[in-house]
Amino acid sequence: MAATTKATDLGMHTEQLAGRSQQRFFRPEEEERFTSPQAFEVDFKKRTQFDAGPMSSSEVNLKLRELMSQGYGSVVMKNPGAKHSLAVGILNRLNLTIEGSLGYFGCGLIDGPNIHIKGRVGWSCAENMLAGTVVIDKNAGSTFGAALRGGDLVCRGDVGARVGIDMKGGSIIIGGRAGAFCGFMMQRGRMVILGNAGKNLGDSMYDGTIYVGGKIDGLGVDAVPADMTDLDVQWLERKLKMYGLEAPSGARNMQKIVAGRQLWNYDNLEPSEKKLIL
Amino acid sequence: MCGIAGLIHRGKTGDVGREMTAMLQSLKHRGPDSTGYALYGKPHGKELVIRFKVAEQDEMSKGFEIHRQVKERRSEIERRLAELDAKILEEDIATEYAFRFRIAYEGDLRRLANYIEDVEGAEILSIGHGLELIKDLGDAARVSGQYSLSGFVGTHAIGHTRMATESDVDIRSAHPYWAYPFADVSVVHNGQLTNYWNGRRALERRGHRFVSNCDSEMIAVYLADRMAQGATLEEAMKSSIEELDGVFTYLVATSDSLGMAKDTMAAKPMVLYESDKFIALASEEVAIRSVFPHEIDTFDPYEGEVRVWKN
Repeated sequence: MAATTKATDLGMHTEQLAGRSQQRFFRPEEEERFTSPQAFEVDFKKRTQFDAGPMSSSEVNLKLRELMSQGYGSVVMKNPGAKHSLAVGILNRLNLTIEGSLGYFGCGLIDGPNIHIKGRVGWSCAENMLAGTVVIDKNAGSTFGAALRGGDLVCRGDVGARVGIDMKGGSIIIGGRAGAFCGFMMQRGRMVILGNAGKNLGDSMYDGTIYVGGKIDGLGVDAVPADMTDLDVQWLERKLKMYGLEAPSGARNMQKIVAGRQLWNYDNLEPSEKKLIL
Repeated sequence: MCGIAGLIHRGKTGDVGREMTAMLQSLKHRGPDSTGYALYGKPHGKELVIRFKVAEQDEMSKGFEIHRQVKERRSEIERRLAELDAKILEEDIATEYAFRFRIAYEGDLRRLANYIEDVEGAEILSIGHGLELIKDLGDAARVSGQYSLSGFVGTHAIGHTRMATESDVDIRSAHPYWAYPFADVSVVHNGQLTNYWNGRRALERRGHRFVSNCDSEMIAVYLADRMAQGATLEEAMKSSIEELDGVFTYLVATSDSLGMAKDTMAAKPMVLYESDKFIALASEEVAIRSVFPHEIDTFDPYEGEVRVWKN
């Protein structure tokens, strides 16, 4: 309980959970929950930069690993050239600035780094991200933050379709417009779209919360509007302020979308089970 | 998974052969089976350029007989062109089995196409005033070298790298597709059409011909059919969003325009760069970066979106 309270105080859990949950809360005192065997000890004051232009994707990722193993905690990557799968699998703290754009699957499977991308990202940025922050200055492609588990994923521009598909935690914040099917099968976490949202928003979402500042083209199956609470407004104002963003008509006037839970059938028996019992 | 790319210079020309080769080569990982180009050069009045083949590439390695047949088929096509009062102004031999004729002809294009394709093994790849459609097996570097495409000056182009999934690895099933019998209209596609056979049967009943079993060909024929009924290119593309079923992103080019359409699910990728002087689109940004290595602003078109740009 104490750990839960501490995590909540740290701002990790302000989400109002309802229904059954198997969510396991962080225990800050347990070191093994915050580190991975592949994580490196880095020093933010130790800085360097490198040119990714002539390198392949694998070479870029190996270079990052080499720098982290040498203790560099602040790295600038130049000329990424929209290559795919850059800056993936970083499992420790790191201040990484990418001066340019990434292709597909950038920053996937990361756990802890703070990444600033001064360009655009292609499809599936920060897929399965566990913790840390990824901030993109320009636009993003589809399936942005697919299966996100934690951390903050921020795009200051527009994003494509299926943002946060299957997301299981964390926060996705979009400064502009988002395409269709955002929050499809979302299970947990928060999504903030300051501009307009495409059709089928929150289709088949299990749980989690979507906030929209602009117009919604249409809600998906079992996605329903809900009332904004003071807690929602406080969280939105605090979170948006962190990234220098503002809701176009104020946080309180954003639309809140949650799961209608009409598709929840967890307690229903499978047909084969019914045959056995009935 | 296939790769598609398109580019258009606004108000000027460029080396679209070299530019499209760079874009397609950077998309090779999306489809190494075949590569195709639809390049739009400067039209020469009413003269037409016909690109056609009389055999598949892999047939050429199957015995000696095919080499004699290829010569006979080409002679027969020359004879039939003369019979239709089409004057051959120039003949280029791109490969042993693919040819480029520049002709003077003012008759019915459908009749011309049907008569030539009646020759065994013959398939018209394109007919146009500015369009030249080239496709063959292998990656962009190979096809570009084989057909000497670097240095092709024009206004716009579309291209395709193919990973064969539902039809054969041959030139017939490679993209782009010419929108028979419309001069200068071509299409490349990434995706799968799930109402292909129903749609194909309906179009065949309306008198349209199909040369392959590739679902992408239906988009070209569909657009041609709509335009034959009086629709503009943009109107035809908008109706395709409703009537074609499945997941698709396609590019279409005409004598002076480049268009893109994306299905209502936005299931297939497309990245767009737009400036006052140049438009470039591709399945992946790396293709655009092969033409613009510096930082540029790009974005994804949205679901159900249709866009058309003029030269």
